[in-house]
Amino acid sequence: MIKAIFNRLLQAVLVALLVGLLTFVMARSLPGDLAYRIAAGRYGYDLVGSAAAAKVSAELDLGQSALAALGRWFMDLVRLDLGTSLVTGAPVIDEISHHLGHTIKLSAAAILLSLLIGPPLGIFAGLRPGGVLDRGLLLVSTALRALPQFVVGLILIIVFGLMLQLLPTAGHDRGGHLILPALTLALGLAAVSNRVARDAMLSVSRSPYYTFGRTKGLSGWQVFLRHGLRNVAVPIVTYLGIQFVYLVEGVVVVETLFAWPGIGHALVHAIFGRDVPVIQGTALVMGLMFVALNALVDALCHLTDPRRAA
Amino acid sequence: MTVLGYVAPRPKKWPLRRLAGLAILAALLVFALLPLVIGGPDPLKQTLRLALKGPSAADWFGYDHLGRSMYARLTAAFRLSLGLAGVAVVTAIVPGVLLGVLAAWRGGVIDRIVSTVSEAFLALPGLLLVLMLAAIVPDQPIMLYVGISLVLWVEYFRITRALARPLLASPAIEASRLLGFGPLYIIRRHLWPEIAPILLTVGAHGAATAIMAVAALGFVSVGVRPPTPELGAMMTELLPYYEEAPHALLQPIAATFLMVLALQLIAGKDKP
Repeated sequence: MIKAIFNRLLQAVLVALLVGLLTFVMARSLPGDLAYRIAAGRYGYDLVGSAAAAKVSAELDLGQSALAALGRWFMDLVRLDLGTSLVTGAPVIDEISHHLGHTIKLSAAAILLSLLIGPPLGIFAGLRPGGVLDRGLLLVSTALRALPQFVVGLILIIVFGLMLQLLPTAGHDRGGHLILPALTLALGLAAVSNRVARDAMLSVSRSPYYTFGRTKGLSGWQVFLRHGLRNVAVPIVTYLGIQFVYLVEGVVVVETLFAWPGIGHALVHAIFGRDVPVIQGTALVMGLMFVALNALVDALCHLTDPRRAA
Repeated sequence: MTVLGYVAPRPKKWPLRRLAGLAILAALLVFALLPLVIGGPDPLKQTLRLALKGPSAADWFGYDHLGRSMYARLTAAFRLSLGLAGVAVVTAIVPGVLLGVLAAWRGGVIDRIVSTVSEAFLALPGLLLVLMLAAIVPDQPIMLYVGISLVLWVEYFRITRALARPLLASPAIEASRLLGFGPLYIIRRHLWPEIAPILLTVGAHGAATAIMAVAALGFVSVGVRPPTPELGAMMTELLPYYEEAPHALLQPIAATFLMVLALQLIAGKDKP
């Protein structure tokens, strides 16, 4: 366990280094004059002149050497200071914590929704392999996995938002706004988790201990609760970890599609505005979030499967 | 168990699913490359009086909102996606496999350094990496391709390293070494046959990932810029016309779906 924690910590440091280096190279190789682009981001493209650019350049100390800038970013990072946004002038950490709240809300809703959709359906399918539900699920989940997330989102928007006019398609202030983006992410996650649950249920129900449970007179429901559920949960929890890649990547695209004011949306906007500190900060937070989620799954696996505790 | 039994190759399995995937992929390739052979309309040429014209007997695919031939744009977008994915997978395989063999062979410091670097790449969600690289040099498909390769090589490295380690310690390779065969012979004769079949599976998965990533970036307008035909960007452009011209929006969606489906069928099982 201590080794696992150490490994995750190492990963976190590596993420910080990699993000820092990448975004640094990026800031230095941006096409066009950085000062002009930032001024454009601040004042709008029509109002940019050399005066505005010079002002920006002096204010942000853009003239300093490349190495100094990189060193400064890392030094600031150690002090937990992510700098200030080039466009809005607000501290990056404030902007990110605002966006992060929305992203966590969306991700949590997506994970919960996917757990409600995927594993139960998979378990039912696994109890009757080859049945109608099993085949239907295979078809649907194969199709879902062959569609990029934003296409699933588009289809949901067109069907529920535009044709049926049931749900709002963009924005974030009312409860209904959460449904479509969370469902988009959840469907993608459930498309995989139902297969994992199905295979796990199948192998558990064919195991000797499960058969013995039936032989000694337990009802189907009892034997599932006592001998099935926990054993089925182990591979599902393990798989959750792999699925987080899907979730973190999906957040970028799905938030942009639904104009959800989260971290992915912020990242794409920062890239348009060449807001380098915000890009650095956002990428860092997303990378660290990913490492933290994986660590959480490690811990969950540890708890669900007592055999690993040794 | 005889010595012969020990090295006997596994029977090759080509299940129906994989054949179906290959057939779809081959059909898509023919469709995409056909205009290069027999010629066709220019994907960038606008004819506004044809804007949003639906499919007809003469033009099966109709026209988009600027009156550009959907057939020409679709085939060009196919070539871009499949080409990018193919090149990215191949360039990821070469360093991935070489570094994997190197790490398993030499072990020690080299192994630790390469493994640590791969860990760092693994700890960053792939799309994020591609997104950042695409932001460095916008409007250049080459950056997309570099980004995707950087994400994909880790998988080949890890698999090759894991496979090569026990193999290198096996009696067969020990015998080869004692007989004085060099590293190249050992790689070709012992390692490659074990690694090659798995490369097909992982490669197909990687290509599917690449196609989805390119489309996703095009969709959020970070990847390839218009007017270059690209599946994700086409969807963004055509979304406002979903009611007047559903055929136009459905085509890039169906195209992406078929490509990814074909590759997933070829790959078969989930990632190892």
